[in-house]
Amino acid sequence: MTTPILEIQDLHARAGERDVLQGIELTVAPGEVHAIMGPNGSGKSTLANVLAGRPSVDVTHGKVLYRGADLLGMAPEQRAREGVFLAFQYPVEIPGITNMYFAKAALNAVRAHRGEKELDAFDFLSLAREKMKLVEMDEALMNRAINEGFSGGEKKRNEILQMAILEPTLAVLDETDSGLDIDALRIVANGVNSLRSADRSMVLITHYQRLLDYIVPDVVHVLSSGRIVRSGGKELALELEEKGYGWLEEAAAG
Amino acid sequence: MAEAQDLQKLAEREYEFGFVTDIETDSAPPGLSEDTIRMISNKKDEPEWLLDWRLRAYKRWLTLEDPAWAKVKHPPINYQDIIYYSAPKPKKQLESLDEVDPEILRAYEKLGIPLLEQKRLAGVAVDAVFDSVSVATTFKAELEKQGILFCSFSEAVKNHPDLIQKYLGSVVPYADNFYAALNSAVFTDGSFAYIPEGVRCPMELSTYFRINAANTGQFERTLLVADKGAYVSYLEGCTAPMRDENQLHAAVVELVALEDAEIKYSTIQNWYPGDKNGKGGIYNFVTKRGKCAGARSKISWTQVETGSAITWKYPSCILQGDDSVGEFYSVALTANHQQADTGTKMIHIGKNTSSTIISKGISAGHGDNTYRGLVRMQKGADGARNYSQCDSLLLGDQCGAHTFPYLEVQNSTATVEHEATTSKIGEDQLFYCQQRGISEEDAISLIVNGFCKQVFRELPMEFAVEANNLLSLSLEGSVG
Repeated sequence: MTTPILEIQDLHARAGERDVLQGIELTVAPGEVHAIMGPNGSGKSTLANVLAGRPSVDVTHGKVLYRGADLLGMAPEQRAREGVFLAFQYPVEIPGITNMYFAKAALNAVRAHRGEKELDAFDFLSLAREKMKLVEMDEALMNRAINEGFSGGEKKRNEILQMAILEPTLAVLDETDSGLDIDALRIVANGVNSLRSADRSMVLITHYQRLLDYIVPDVVHVLSSGRIVRSGGKELALELEEKGYGWLEEAAAG
Repeated sequence: MAEAQDLQKLAEREYEFGFVTDIETDSAPPGLSEDTIRMISNKKDEPEWLLDWRLRAYKRWLTLEDPAWAKVKHPPINYQDIIYYSAPKPKKQLESLDEVDPEILRAYEKLGIPLLEQKRLAGVAVDAVFDSVSVATTFKAELEKQGILFCSFSEAVKNHPDLIQKYLGSVVPYADNFYAALNSAVFTDGSFAYIPEGVRCPMELSTYFRINAANTGQFERTLLVADKGAYVSYLEGCTAPMRDENQLHAAVVELVALEDAEIKYSTIQNWYPGDKNGKGGIYNFVTKRGKCAGARSKISWTQVETGSAITWKYPSCILQGDDSVGEFYSVALTANHQQADTGTKMIHIGKNTSSTIISKGISAGHGDNTYRGLVRMQKGADGARNYSQCDSLLLGDQCGAHTFPYLEVQNSTATVEHEATTSKIGEDQLFYCQQRGISEEDAISLIVNGFCKQVFRELPMEFAVEANNLLSLSLEGSVG
């Protein structure tokens, strides 16, 4: 049996004063795309933040294995270098540093970790140009400060561009569809689809079924009050769309 | 919390240039009197008029009091404890660089400032000032071919007395303020440059100041004159050994730009800042002022202030010529217990004069950072314009940032704009960088450098790199 990319066992976590995650179980095999859906406050983003190692979230119980290794014991930058990528729901602005410089610094940090030669500005530029096509990104945006003055759609495309450049093994996409119009959604989804491969797994976190019309998942999970209450195929998403989350929450409570 | 610890380490950064060079010095006993001044003047074999000027300054100084308005705290300075003259003891009269004490050359090598011309990458002429005395000036002959004078202040007094007499004190009169008066009375050396009419100085001119001896004050003067249509870019750097006592550095810099002339003056100030408990360090009380005397002249100050226990410094521009331009770009970093009260004065006198002020203050540890600036539009300054931007970045919650902009507008056609922001390095920004594989230490350095970008891009290329490194170095060890 191949080692799963991600194995979450009985995960409990607190954010602020609240026990947000209350016993998550999840296994993602290589190449699989899992969608995690659920109402607001169900713990979707907290789960994404636990995987990436955000300091403000405390894991109180449970285990997370990434390719068989203890993920929770790794610093956030180590996780990133090992191939865990989080596409942020709210990408951060950093004035004064160009998008291009930042992406290069990130790639070279990952390459150095893998024992690969760092790319110089010239090599990086040709790589970046190749990847920009995937998300129909204008080169002018690469020479602007990181996310500064970017529209919502540009920020999300920028996240997917960075993902394309860093080529992660596990990509967690936190509400990448939120705030996108239909054209931007299509572009982002195309970018993500082009990055699907047999050795790359993805966890899509979303509130709406709409994204899943474009990125078709292998498995859909429903998160409610910090637990996965139901898992199924892609048709589960359609059912949710039709019935809402209420019936599942009632079922879970009962 | 991890972040707080890291910031604390950052704030306790170590000083890299704290070594002491073991050389013989010729020093005066501590204390200040007319006799000390006569002794200095005599040692330097100065003309009578200069001694008179010094004595007038001294008499004026006796009537002045330490300025108390700056937002800095320090115990009273006993001016009788300071040694006012300390010079590396030369074996004989120096004929060339080969005769400079090899220990001094080694000290500069250690600082990354090689003085041997054949070893230098082309493009920068250096005047090295060691404990108040200029020990070496490079590329002198080459510059002289174009009529550019670049030498120590003492040499200039000997060889170009007419220029010194004409311009000394013409921008910063000896009575200007307490420290300027003190400097005028006791200054020992410094740099002088004169760029003749229509000449564009082909290389960066640079002075490197080093305080070595204990208990001495460093009082140097720099005078730069750009004649009509001339251009010069000038850089100064400074370091000092780590000592437990505070040492006083009270320099004066005067710039004069005649018609259509341009002076670009860049400073990387890295005096010893004191240890992490605030013990020791340099008191950097400096008066810097430029006069745009001629029409369409331009003076641009760029400073990166990372050192000193206390910085008190306001590089200013007197915009006298019509259409003249003044600029001030500043990055000031205060960590540990460092205090900085720095800024600029833009005095608009001529018509259509314009000025730009970009100030970036970074506070870490218990650092206290104050921007203090004056923009004055005088009656005749029709159509004058000023734009000021003052940004503060806070690292940690023990530090302070303050902004005191003073505006005096006496002309209704003048335009003044002021913008100010204060921000903290956000956990979100750090986490974003880390999630992309960038270590926390590199992330802090990245964010800080991004914050300073507007100023760094004003520095000459090689010094922009140095400034970048200096900040990164200052941030080193921020992750355990």
